[in-house]
Amino acid sequence: MAKTTSTPQSHRRARKNPFFVILVFLAMMLAGIATGEPDRVLEQAIQICLGCIGIG
Amino acid sequence: MEALRKWIQTIFGLLVNGYWAFPFTRAIYQGPLKVICAPGLNCYSCPAATTSCAIGSLQHLLAGLRLSLESGQYYFGLYVVGCLGVLGGLFGRMICGWLCPFGFCQELIHKTPSKKFHIPAILNYLKYGILLIMVILLPLLAVDKFGAGSPWFCKYLCPAGTLEAGIPMLILQPNLRDIIGTLFYSKLSILIGFTLWSVFASRPFCRTACPLGAFYALFAKIQVVRLKFHPEKCTACGACHSVCPMGVKFNESPEDKECITCLACMDRACKVGAISLEVGGLPLCLERGHARTKHEQAP
Repeated sequence: MAKTTSTPQSHRRARKNPFFVILVFLAMMLAGIATGEPDRVLEQAIQICLGCIGIG
Repeated sequence: MEALRKWIQTIFGLLVNGYWAFPFTRAIYQGPLKVICAPGLNCYSCPAATTSCAIGSLQHLLAGLRLSLESGQYYFGLYVVGCLGVLGGLFGRMICGWLCPFGFCQELIHKTPSKKFHIPAILNYLKYGILLIMVILLPLLAVDKFGAGSPWFCKYLCPAGTLEAGIPMLILQPNLRDIIGTLFYSKLSILIGFTLWSVFASRPFCRTACPLGAFYALFAKIQVVRLKFHPEKCTACGACHSVCPMGVKFNESPEDKECITCLACMDRACKVGAISLEVGGLPLCLERGHARTKHEQAP
């Protein structure tokens, strides 16, 4: 299937910008975890919100 | 490659909807996996859902922000946005093409034999308005006397919620049928509308109304895994236009926000290797006839 090869174009430099952006969002995610957001997400996700799905 | 994508879509759809005990329990899954945000659009009120919906979770966090601040809790949605941002930075809308169950449903419906139509490009911008207004602003600002908002997108628009949760819950719990009203029928109409539209046009919900797709589209220029265009090899034959399920003219706009990196253009259309896959700026060459320039092809 897919494999990484060294082609004539491989002298192109790796892009670093995406990784900075990912780091920023990773920091946001960790900040959310630190404030206990996952518990709130779980609490919401295990209940059926009838109004949210058009019932009631 | 297309077969591989279909397999991944199927397997992932089954993974995020893997709670098959629901016909017996008549309730949704309530285990710890629901702390994970599904990368694609998948309603967490679906009886089979094993993960949470990022868009639904974000709306609920924003809708309850005032109340949470009053009680000294700081739920700004950082966890959900952070999860989506990491995924978006890595894969962008590739998630729509490979992992989204609702996108997969639309693809299957589109296989229905019929005359096919294009979707006007101007409608692509609608989803950004939906993300901003229905997912962020209205849940945050339109609050009741207690300071609580509503998940506007889920409540008034999301056809995935009607398909995966509304209809199944009415089947599982017949007593709920007594309380359905105008809201349910309006959402059912939206679902039927997008279903019919999917027969005649490719992925209409993804292209015009999906807030998750709109969020991932913001990463089109920087995502780690993406398609790369090699203009020096392109013969401008237009083959990539005809196979794109999102209506992208790849050789004219290689960083198009609608590209879901399904690889159809690279794998099935381009015969001259003008499109390749790259990871973080470095080429990830697939076997099929790549990297031969016009110069190399000359006898």
